[in-house]
Amino acid sequence: MSTWQTLLDPFQYQFFQKGLLAAVLAGALCGLIGVYVTLRGMSYIGHGLAHAIFGGFAAAPLIGINVVLGAGVWGLASALAINAVTRRRRIGADAAIGVVTTASFALGVALLSRFGNKGPSFDAALFGSINGVTRGDLILLVVALVFAVVVFTALYRAFLFTTFDPEVADVSGVPVARMDALLMLVLSLSILATLTIIGVTLVAATIVIPAVVARMLTDSFSRMLWLSSSIGAVCGGIGMYLSFQIEVPSGTTIVLTNTLVFLVVLALTGGRTLRRTARMDDHAEPRVAVAA
Amino acid sequence: MVNTTDALVRLDGVTFGYDGAPVLRDVSYAVEAGAFTGIVGPSGSGKTSLLRVLLGTVKPHHGSVSRRPGVAVSYVPQLETVNWNFPVTVAECVLMSRASKRLLPWATPQEKADVAAVLNRLGIADLGHRHIRELSGGQQQRMFIARALIRRPQLLLMDEPTSGVDVATRHEVLHLLGDLNRDGLAIVLTTHDLNGMAAHLPHLVALQQRIIASGTPQEVIVPAVLEQTFGARMDVLMHLGMPVVVDGNHVGALGVAG
Repeated sequence: MSTWQTLLDPFQYQFFQKGLLAAVLAGALCGLIGVYVTLRGMSYIGHGLAHAIFGGFAAAPLIGINVVLGAGVWGLASALAINAVTRRRRIGADAAIGVVTTASFALGVALLSRFGNKGPSFDAALFGSINGVTRGDLILLVVALVFAVVVFTALYRAFLFTTFDPEVADVSGVPVARMDALLMLVLSLSILATLTIIGVTLVAATIVIPAVVARMLTDSFSRMLWLSSSIGAVCGGIGMYLSFQIEVPSGTTIVLTNTLVFLVVLALTGGRTLRRTARMDDHAEPRVAVAA
Repeated sequence: MVNTTDALVRLDGVTFGYDGAPVLRDVSYAVEAGAFTGIVGPSGSGKTSLLRVLLGTVKPHHGSVSRRPGVAVSYVPQLETVNWNFPVTVAECVLMSRASKRLLPWATPQEKADVAAVLNRLGIADLGHRHIRELSGGQQQRMFIARALIRRPQLLLMDEPTSGVDVATRHEVLHLLGDLNRDGLAIVLTTHDLNGMAAHLPHLVALQQRIIASGTPQEVIVPAVLEQTFGARMDVLMHLGMPVVVDGNHVGALGVAG
């Protein structure tokens, strides 16, 4: 077999074509949502939410409901709980997120260990898989991506304002609490849609890295959205291709491709653009918690 | 409950706090049209909380807040709380204030004209395409004032506008605010910088959870009020008719009694 034939070989398989399309869509989706997640300092929330959704992923088949529906409801409930804790700050948000999401993940592992896997692949949910990308997975990805694009375009200024300066946005008539809840909805839907492509343990990296690289390359918010989505999509495609060729889970190759891009940009820019990512998540103090 | 009033905003007997600890006690205060007032007090005296009650972002535990119907209030935060690495230009930042009126990303020709006009009014017309990190302290303050003004407010509330800036920038900002006030904009700002305020603001309020004194700088910047407000002896010199606060330890060296 010639080199070209070897290189093009994966494209003759329908499962690879589906997997590649899914990885590109998942990368673009994670890159888009990643801009808001990183600039708002929600990286840990994204990581935790992915683990929380895993609990619903494991529990849904056991009680006889659709995996997507079960994990979606579970994830949304977790997202809204995290959002409420983060806003009220009764206890440390990081501690609350750590308890809620890790407990949910542990519950998922316990259910799978005790009752066995009755839904999609356990390994795929953890690390992502090129195999078994269904038509339903692709439809869910398209729905999540279109939903995210519509929300972030239609409410562009409101999301920009609440991300940059939530206190003044609130004073200026932007419904900040509703915007935060909507962002958590988009985030949980995005994680749910990418679950079996990238895996819960690796999805946080595919959300964060493209956005950080994009921030290193531009000082414009709108360009950052385009760049982050594009970097995520390209890394998703390359990562999926490598997954087939070197036979390792797709989540790992997608994350490693993202990491390589980060290192290349860092090397090419001499590290001077890294300064832009400093205090990426620094906000004005939440208005309910600050005394004069 | 918010009632109506002839004043732009009126507080009657307002008590407010966080987690059960009051930071404002029985505060009654009215912001009249055309006011130019500095709220002075040390850290923890309730200055920012008072602004938040005036803004309506927090509700008092006791007392009432009344607003003139239709009054528009804008707010300028402390520069120290801003993430200056955030990826926005000056023009994009100013346009944020229109987020509740138009949600789509791109600006209309009218909006572009409005942004250009307000930047020109504040003397930063050529900085619209600059990243916010590239501005000086005075320019940063002007940008946020521009963002506040594009909403065409009757009342501008500013949290520590002279904090963390040098003396020249402080004078620049206060002169600009004086010009805006002469054009009819009511302004209330907080500060712990007593000497910077006396020469520029016609009205001061000394706050230490309660209103200790309210009046002209000559009426408020006096040793008895300052001691009650700041909890330490402070002496006052008169310089060109304006009160100047000096550290009590240095008065003897200057040969002037406080």
